[in-house]
Amino acid sequence: MNNFTVAIALLMLAALAYQLGLTKGRGVVALAGHRATHSRPGYHGALAILRAAVPAFVVYALWVVFGNQVIHSLVLESIPAEFLPQDSLQQKVMLQRLSNIASGFGVLGDAQPYELAAADVMRQFQGVGETIVTALMATVAALGLFWSWRTTTAETRARNKVERAINVALIACSAVAILTTIGIVMSMLGESLRFFQMVSPTDFFFGTVWNPRFATMGAEGQSGFGMLPLMAGTLMISFIAMLVAVPVGLMTAIYMAEYASSRTRSLVKPVVEVLAGIPTIVYGFFALVTVGPILSSIGAAIGVDIRATSALTAGLVMGIMIIPFISSLSDDILTQVPKTMRDGSLALGGTKSETIIKVVLPAALPGIVGAILLALSRAIGETMIVVLAAGNSPVLTANPFEAVSTVTVSIVNQLTGDQDFASAQSLVAFALGLTLFVMTLILNVIALVIVRKYREQYE
Amino acid sequence: MNMTQTLNVPMSTSGSSVKTDSGQLPAGNASTNIKLSASDVRVFYGQAEALHGVSLDIVKNEVMAFIGPSGCGKSTFLRSFNRMNDTVAGARVTGKITVDGRDIYDPSVDVVLLRAQVGMVFQKPNPFPKSIYENVAYGARLHGLAANKSDMDEVVESSLRRAGLWEEVKDRLEAPGTGLSGGQQQRLCIARAVAVSPDVILMDEPCSALDPIATSIIEELITELKKNYTIVIVTHNMQQAARCSDRTTFFHLGDLVEIGDTAQIFTNPQQKRTEDYITGRYG
Repeated sequence: MNNFTVAIALLMLAALAYQLGLTKGRGVVALAGHRATHSRPGYHGALAILRAAVPAFVVYALWVVFGNQVIHSLVLESIPAEFLPQDSLQQKVMLQRLSNIASGFGVLGDAQPYELAAADVMRQFQGVGETIVTALMATVAALGLFWSWRTTTAETRARNKVERAINVALIACSAVAILTTIGIVMSMLGESLRFFQMVSPTDFFFGTVWNPRFATMGAEGQSGFGMLPLMAGTLMISFIAMLVAVPVGLMTAIYMAEYASSRTRSLVKPVVEVLAGIPTIVYGFFALVTVGPILSSIGAAIGVDIRATSALTAGLVMGIMIIPFISSLSDDILTQVPKTMRDGSLALGGTKSETIIKVVLPAALPGIVGAILLALSRAIGETMIVVLAAGNSPVLTANPFEAVSTVTVSIVNQLTGDQDFASAQSLVAFALGLTLFVMTLILNVIALVIVRKYREQYE
Repeated sequence: MNMTQTLNVPMSTSGSSVKTDSGQLPAGNASTNIKLSASDVRVFYGQAEALHGVSLDIVKNEVMAFIGPSGCGKSTFLRSFNRMNDTVAGARVTGKITVDGRDIYDPSVDVVLLRAQVGMVFQKPNPFPKSIYENVAYGARLHGLAANKSDMDEVVESSLRRAGLWEEVKDRLEAPGTGLSGGQQQRLCIARAVAVSPDVILMDEPCSALDPIATSIIEELITELKKNYTIVIVTHNMQQAARCSDRTTFFHLGDLVEIGDTAQIFTNPQQKRTEDYITGRYG
């Protein structure tokens, strides 16, 4: 019984249920007439699907999720105590080996007699389980069909029931995003707590040296987990990026919203938004290969020592990447400022630029601040550009011409390569990630609150 | 159709009216009294002509009401007097409009100064999202009408007094203008217009978004403002035109149908269409 077969069977069941419901519904209409029938036949069909195919699917889904656990615990009980490993990790390895034997997939080395016996038990339980589940699915489906067939009358409010089912389905889908977020936070929280058992939070949050070395050296007695240099790098690069993106993005938005003809606007806006669609890795090597050397030679010409890979290089390119976020959002916000507001200023004898500076921008300010905060949280979380162009040098410096490192770059460094996931060197990545997540979350919440407040003002 | 422009025009004061052949006063007769003058004004939106050659004169310190059903061109015409039609994409004005005898569509005219001279109040109160004080000071500041803070305080106070709002807001000048009630907001907009010391105030259905009490306060205010300003008011409300205007012009489908003393228009209209409209047969 593989998933594909089940999917086909369920689809066929759904089609059958729909036809039965449809037929019954038409019969009801023929008897009671259109006026006296609450729902059209199609709704009875849909309702039959909900009553027959959906419960059968739920039964199967439960089996997929929990069936293996049940079988595994039964199999472990059958194994003689002298062969049973105490460690849960080794038990997992053993079960994997057993299921490979059971499915005839083959294993390394010769299978022990007790293993063959256990695999046999596993195969039996799987067979029994599948039979039970198939029978259960068939029963549930048949009951559902029977229920539908028997209870369908002219008064059945199939239409309203289908409506409610759609409602439930929509809620379930939106719950996926929320549950995923919660899941991510939970997993990061767990790993971070393990990290903080090895390294004290004070050392992590306020330490000024970032030098985690290798996992083999252990975490004891070392203070190389200070995240301040990384945070400083992140903030410096984000700041440079905002210095580039905010003025340029805002001016672009003002031009598009206030000055450009609708034809120009329809041309310029998509082109600017193309910037947002360029993969960040492309920006990264653009920074590394083009912008960095240019900045470096400019620095040489004016007598300033600028590294090719520096906070400045990464910040400039990141700023260019963020321009469309600010310009596009601000443009939407500026066009939302009511025309009556502009007319009020123009009718008092204000020029266009006076009107924009003194009336339109202040009115749109909360929204624009929101847009900037959203762009900032994007800058803080940006990885690829800084990996390539910031120089990966975790030192605490205020000089933008120096190479720096950021939180995101360090996460990449700590998690790539051959790593022991139980070491402080790997776990620190989760602590860094959680810090980053909390920072951007706070920025996003502030931005959303501001934007919402602004929206209310004109609705 | 052209007969429709046979009008009654008051000479220097409202009340006595003399029949003339055109919407305009005889040249040289009362030239010192004519504030606004339009001759053969046509307004186009793209290809469509919204106003079909309208001529009329408005004298100093009178209240002129424009009435007519929706889409008759009265607001369009009103917005030609301070060139607010310029801000509408595709709008074009032909003909001649003068303010104090000066052609306002002449290339040498500075629109910014024109709009300071011919103020405007809109249909929906549109205070800026600033404090009450800043709303009133806005225009005065743009035009440099106050040399220092105490001058500005004076401008703000006198403007708010003229708009009949001073007593209600004098203790909360720093509160946001958008927090006032609808009627107060509209008077704030009048104060804002008054603050740049215009000669003419154009009002585009100023009470259509207000309740009856706020409306009657604004109407009293219009009668009061008449002493210092020439006022042109567009209204859907015929009782309002009857209550607060000296003369009334009736527009229909982009034509000026009839112009005359308000009392005469409402009691003894010369045109069939005017009569039908004011008796409520359409519109």
